Amino acid sequence: MTGAPDPAITPRTFSSGARKGRRRRLPGTLVHVVVLLFIVGWVVPILALFLSSIRTQADTASSGWWMALVRPDLSLQNYALALDQLNIAGSLGTSLAIAIPTTVLTVLLSVIGAYALVRMRFAGRTALSLLLVSLLVTPPQITLVPLLRLYNQVGLSGSIPGIWLYQVGFTLPFGVFLLRGFIASIPKDLYESANLDGASELRTFWSIVLPLSRPIMASLGIMAFLWSWNDLLIPLLFLGGSGVSPPITVNLAGLVAQTTQGQGPLMAATFLSVIVPLMLIISMQRYFVRGILGGAVKG
Amino acid sequence: MTDTLTFVPLMIVLGAIGVPAAVFAALGAGERALTLFSGGAGRRARPWVWLFLPLILVILILIYPVIVTIFTSFQDARAENWIGWQNYAWAFSGQMLDIVGNNILWLVAFPLITLVLALASATLFDKVRYEPLAMTIVILPTAISFTAGSVIWTQMYSFQPSGSPQIGTLNAIRALFGADPLPWLIQPVVNNFALIFVAVWLQLGIATLILSSAIKNVGSEMLEAARLDGAGEWLIFRAMILPNILPSVLVVLTTMIIAALKVFDIVYVMTNGNFGTDVIANRLYYELFAANNLGHASAIAVILLFTALPVALINIFQFRSEARS
Repeated sequence: MTGAPDPAITPRTFSSGARKGRRRRLPGTLVHVVVLLFIVGWVVPILALFLSSIRTQADTASSGWWMALVRPDLSLQNYALALDQLNIAGSLGTSLAIAIPTTVLTVLLSVIGAYALVRMRFAGRTALSLLLVSLLVTPPQITLVPLLRLYNQVGLSGSIPGIWLYQVGFTLPFGVFLLRGFIASIPKDLYESANLDGASELRTFWSIVLPLSRPIMASLGIMAFLWSWNDLLIPLLFLGGSGVSPPITVNLAGLVAQTTQGQGPLMAATFLSVIVPLMLIISMQRYFVRGILGGAVKG
Repeated sequence: MTDTLTFVPLMIVLGAIGVPAAVFAALGAGERALTLFSGGAGRRARPWVWLFLPLILVILILIYPVIVTIFTSFQDARAENWIGWQNYAWAFSGQMLDIVGNNILWLVAFPLITLVLALASATLFDKVRYEPLAMTIVILPTAISFTAGSVIWTQMYSFQPSGSPQIGTLNAIRALFGADPLPWLIQPVVNNFALIFVAVWLQLGIATLILSSAIKNVGSEMLEAARLDGAGEWLIFRAMILPNILPSVLVVLTTMIIAALKVFDIVYVMTNGNFGTDVIANRLYYELFAANNLGHASAIAVILLFTALPVALINIFQFRSEARS
C-alpha cells in the first residue's frame, strides 16, 4: 500500500487478528449452527456444480451429485464433450477478448476522468459530479433501443469493440465515483513539487497519480472484469449474428434452453465459466472488498 | 467461426494496449494544443481536454440513449408516429399487470430477504473465530455470473415426479423428511420466490460485506459496557448495533433495489418468463426481439428508469451531505 489511504475506503475488514481485544465471549451453540448453515448453504451449490461436472453421463441422469461422494466414478468426459462439441474454448476466448480490454479501458478512462474532476477547478464541476452519481443507478435496459439502432447504422453491432465501448461507457460513472475519493486524498505537496520541477500535466499524471492510485485501480479493475465477464444482456443483444463465438454467458444461456446435450457437459461448461472469476476474487479478495465498500454511496 | 487462437490475442493486444496508447497520444496532443493558448484560456480549457473522452463515452452510451428512449416511448412500434400515452396504457393493463406485479414482488422481497439474511450473517460471523472463512464463502457467489448461478440452481431445484429418485438437492432433502417433491420452478408463487432466492444467493456477499464493515465500526467499549450491565445479545443488537448501522442498511437496500430492477438473466435462463414468473426486463427483451415493438420496449424501459429515480435522489442527497461534512 503506497501513498494516500482514504479513511472512507480503508474499512476495518474482518481480519480477526487485528482486534484481539474485542469481546470474544464464547458464542453459544446456536450461533455456530446458524453460521454453519450459511457456510453449507453457500458452498453446497458450488460443490454440486463441480461434482456434477466430473460424473459420468449415466450417473448424472440417474442419481444426485452427492452420490459422487458415496461411490465415486469420476471422469473428465464432460469436459472433453464441452470443449469438443459446445465450443466452450471459443467462448472463453471471446469472453477474454471482451473482458480484458474492457477492464483496462474502464480503469484508464476512470482515472483520467476522476483526476480531472478532482484536481482541476472549472465551472460545472459540482453539477458533473452529481450527474455521475445519478447515472450510477441507470438500468441498462433504457439504453438498448437507441443504441441497437445506432450500432446498426455505424456497423458496430456484431463487433467486439462495440461491446468494449458499451461496457466501458456504462461502467465509467461507477469508476470515476470509486476513484475520486482516493485521488482527492493524494497530498497536494506532491503536485506542487512536480510543478516546480517543470513537469507537464501529463507527466504528473503518469509519474504521480497512476503509481499512487494502483491499489484502488486494482479494486476497480476486479469489479470491471467481473461485470464484463458475467454480462449476458449486452453481448446477447449486440453480438448476435456475427462470425465470433458467443461469449461464455451467451453460450451457457443457449445450452440451458436445449436439453439434447445432457446435464454433464453443461455443468462442465458452467464450471469452466466460473473458475476464472472465482480464482480472481479468492486471490485478490482485499481489493474486491475495497471495491464493494468504496463503491457503495455512503451516508 | 473466426480462428480463436489468433483472433483473441489480437483483440486483447488491440484493446488493452493499442487503444490505451491512442488515449495517451490524444491527451498529449490536447496538452500540446493547450500551449498554443495564452495562460488563462489554456488553463480554463484544460479540464475539458482531460474530460473529453470519458464524457463523450458517457454521453454516447448513457445520456443520449436515455433521452431518445423517453421520446420513443411515445411512438408506435416502428418508432415513426407519435401515439401519446398509448404505450404506457398498454404497460399497465392486461397481462402486463401480472408482470408488473412480479416486479413489485422482486422489488420488495429481494431487498428485504437479502437484508435480513445479511444482518444475521454479518452479526453472527462477527462472533466466531472462523469469520474470515465464513465471509470468503459467502462472497464466492458474487463472482459468479447470474447465468452460471441460474444453471447451478436449475439443478438444485430439479424435480422428478413423486416416487422416482430425486436428483435435485432440495427435493432430495424434502424426500428425506418424507415430504412430496415440489416443482420449484413451475408452481406459481413458489417459483417466484425460488428465482428471487437465486439472486439472494448470488448477492448476499455484497450486503454482508457492507453491514459487517459497519458493525465493526460500532464502538466495542460501549458494547462491552452494556454486556457487563447484563444486557442480552438481542437487546444489544436492537438498541445499540442496529441504530448505528442504519446508513449502511439504507445502502444495502438501495443497492439491492437497483439489482432487483435490472434482473433479467435469472428469469431469462431459468423459466424464460413462463409459469407466471415474467418480469419487465425480460418482457422488454421479448418486445425488442420477438415482437419488434420499439414503442412498447421504450415505455417499459422508461418505467424501469422512473422506478430507479427515488434511489438516484437518495444517492444524490447522501452524496451532497457527505461532500459538505
